[in-house]
Amino acid sequence: MSQRVEVVAKLLSANDRLAEANRASLDQAELFAINVLASPGAGKTTLIERTVRGLAPSLRLAVIDGDLATTLDADRAAAAGAQAVQINTGGECHLDAGMVRDGLAQLPLAALDLLIIENVGNLICPAQFKLGAHRTVLVASVPEGDDKPYKYPGSYRGVDALILNKIDLLPYVPFRGGHFWRGVEALNPDAARFELSCQTGAGLESWLAWLTSQVSAYRARRPPEMATA
Amino acid sequence: MHELSVTEALLALTIQHAQAAQAERVSGVYVVIGQLSSVVDESVQFYWDLISAGTLAAGAQLHFRRVPAAFRCADCRHEYAPAAETLACPACGSVRVSLIAGEELNLEALDIEPGAESLKEAVG
Repeated sequence: MSQRVEVVAKLLSANDRLAEANRASLDQAELFAINVLASPGAGKTTLIERTVRGLAPSLRLAVIDGDLATTLDADRAAAAGAQAVQINTGGECHLDAGMVRDGLAQLPLAALDLLIIENVGNLICPAQFKLGAHRTVLVASVPEGDDKPYKYPGSYRGVDALILNKIDLLPYVPFRGGHFWRGVEALNPDAARFELSCQTGAGLESWLAWLTSQVSAYRARRPPEMATA
Repeated sequence: MHELSVTEALLALTIQHAQAAQAERVSGVYVVIGQLSSVVDESVQFYWDLISAGTLAAGAQLHFRRVPAAFRCADCRHEYAPAAETLACPACGSVRVSLIAGEELNLEALDIEPGAESLKEAVG
């Protein structure tokens, strides 16, 4: 004879707890971390490369790179001047908090100022797995089309900064900027927005200035209200 | 795409709660899945049958409850299902909206067969 037992439990609560532990490790080392999401081909790795080159003179940087199988992305981040750790997810479509914990264990956290976590290129799964980062950044690109905020509200929601990359392609691709940004605004009225091109370098300065100011603000006061991303 | 990790988490939670209830066997598992959580029922059941083998939840039937996505307008408080290509409030046109449902990924109940221990307690 069976009986019904009521349970209220989030399936990913174990991951959420690990993410909180990661956040605690980062905070103890006073290390500011961002989680970078994007679909494949949006230009995530190139953006991180440009970001490392731009900030390496003033900040001590590390990159944790999630990839299905290769070390190509971590090699590029290392060549640009960051300490780099590659995490091969072995076919998993996202990084989870446990993988990031393993990555953190390989880095001298207290000797770093900024950690960039490059998630697996995918807009569906990574949004559900918190990692413990302080900020979530989503990289979109012009050729992907202007409808993506509407098609992937799960990923577009809850981001702290949105970067529209490859604006040098705007003359060649139909892309309604107003439509795109209205979708972003509906989901994240307070997100910082950047339009840039990693190819030409246009717009990179304001992204780098924002990121630097985030690191400084974190160091200055570390507001406790930041949600775990 | 991430159904295996989700199913592993589901099995771990199921066993944890079944043991807490001193169950001998789990015959049914009730799962809530939000529309935006991108989880496919059949695929969870497929992985479940594989990974639950040999546990007290082996062969349990999974029951899925789907929750559609819903938004609430911050200006007029209207609640609505999002339409394709627009997220704005259909009542007042505001884009100050927030997601209130659709991201669930929860375990809400289990059907269990109580073990000898818990039956004795119930009688005693």
